Amino acid sequence: MRLDTLTNSIGEWLRGTGPDSDIVMSSRVRLARNLAQFPFVSRATEQDRADTERVLRERIAAVPVGRELDYIDVGHLEEIDRRFLVERQLISREHADAQGARGVAIDRLEQVSLMINEEDHLRIQCLHSGLDLHGAWEQIKVVDDQIERAVSYAFHPRWGYLTACPTNVGTGIRVSVMLHLPALVITRQIDKVFRSLHKISLAVRGLYGEGSQAMGDFYQISNQTTLGRTEDELVQQVADVVPVLIDYERRARDFLVRETQQNVHDQVSRAYGILRTAQTISNEETMQLLSRVRMGVLLGLIGDVKLSDINSLLIRTQPAHLQKLRGGDEDSSDDIERARYLRRHFEGGDSPSRATAN
Amino acid sequence: MIQSSSPGTVCAGERTGRTCGDAMKCQQCDNPAVFHITELEAGNVREVHLCEEHARVYLNQSEGGDGGDPGEPGAVEGKGQKGGGLSGPLGVGQTAEDLAVLDKRCCDMCGITFFEFRNQGRLGCPHDYLQFEKELDPLIANIHGATEHTGRRPSRPVPEGVDAGSGTDGLTAIIGLRRGMKEAISREDYESAKESRDAIRGIEDAWTPPAKAGEENA
Ligand SMILES: [Zn+2]
Ligand SMILES: [Zn+2]
Repeated sequence: MRLDTLTNSIGEWLRGTGPDSDIVMSSRVRLARNLAQFPFVSRATEQDRADTERVLRERIAAVPVGRELDYIDVGHLEEIDRRFLVERQLISREHADAQGARGVAIDRLEQVSLMINEEDHLRIQCLHSGLDLHGAWEQIKVVDDQIERAVSYAFHPRWGYLTACPTNVGTGIRVSVMLHLPALVITRQIDKVFRSLHKISLAVRGLYGEGSQAMGDFYQISNQTTLGRTEDELVQQVADVVPVLIDYERRARDFLVRETQQNVHDQVSRAYGILRTAQTISNEETMQLLSRVRMGVLLGLIGDVKLSDINSLLIRTQPAHLQKLRGGDEDSSDDIERARYLRRHFEGGDSPSRATAN
Repeated sequence: MIQSSSPGTVCAGERTGRTCGDAMKCQQCDNPAVFHITELEAGNVREVHLCEEHARVYLNQSEGGDGGDPGEPGAVEGKGQKGGGLSGPLGVGQTAEDLAVLDKRCCDMCGITFFEFRNQGRLGCPHDYLQFEKELDPLIANIHGATEHTGRRPSRPVPEGVDAGSGTDGLTAIIGLRRGMKEAISREDYESAKESRDAIRGIEDAWTPPAKAGEENA
């Protein structure tokens, strides 16, 4: 099955390449769109949802969007497979947990994802590695234009694209970057930085975390408003602030190396040591330690680990990925299995995977 | 009647960490949150997530005009804001009577009441933007600091004879016709049902995108 091939690959956005990829993990643009002739998803009957899903699936399949797409019928997936797609950032948790007809079309590189029947009928997402907001925007424009040739998006000249929630109306665009900011966290400057972002109406949230506590020093910055400015202006609003944040983080990293080198080296080495030797380890701790090791690699304190490996481990040590990788072997706990996976990974170089046997 | 939104319709999650973690919990207890209420205070948008029981308490407080603050454990940006009830979406100076009348108003197409929208924070169909235009105007101005779209527009023209100023609302009319057809069938008024069906087909044909029309001709 297609999901098993995904298990053994990693998405393009995890390559760890692209401009400023030492700090910017990925750049994402998404558009919210609805078909004019159906109620929004939360108001739709089962029949409406099924019709919306069918119309969008068929018409998207009939237009060239620049990439070959595979369609996954999310409504009929097992829970573990839905969680797997969430961990992969191909669908949202809400989409995974929703009811009724729904699906997602993705390309082989996992750059393009089209969620059908999420909060809106269609959520188009383009996810690129490193700092590449303009690349993601140019790509999503093509996808959007092509689909628009085949469907009538709900639109009003004054309000723009009409969405289920008024917070998305207008352009329906959400532009975001995922940043790795360990040095700003260690030097306790992160809150100050984020307060300044709120003033220019950008939203910040911790990634992989519940609520305000970010796990593993990963943060997502995105635009909050979608109406009254053009898509280009909204892309630029986020694009403008990223170099500033990169600069802050670089300076904080320099400071750490210069002023507290032994301390930092010690922290990074301990983190690496635990990941290589632990017998049981939680998702949170893994994330936190991988974050430190990632910083260590970038500061030249750890030599034999590749950035793309760390990025990939951040995804593969999450519960659904682990469960798929171990191929239904349920007799040990997640934390034990996670520790085993990490030890094998760091000992053997290449990540072993039992799923390939299927 | 208070209605809960179905799971999977939480746009607030985008600001509160939807990517990973457990399903959203009530902000007052450990039950799952089934109400997702959009609040506006001093130009800030805040999402409130509550279980059914706490939502009732909350809404009663809000309608009393006092506005309880259910706390804000989830959102990064919600800290320190005090609850201002539901005055935001409705504009300042609305009386309880105004509110009661307004709440009963419903969309001609999908049938959602304004009260249901207030509770869920999600609209029922594209026509709601026109049906509740006066009420949504201040809400949207508060959220976005603007009320005019300046971005991209669909390149395809509207069908001949359709007022371009109403966008795709002519196509959205199908939602109302479909409801009418169902009702006609249930009261065995097949004549009306047939009329609705023909009207739906007429609109669908007029709005069929050229790309698809091309395939069908081929
Ligand atoms: Zn509760
Ligand atoms: Zn409606």
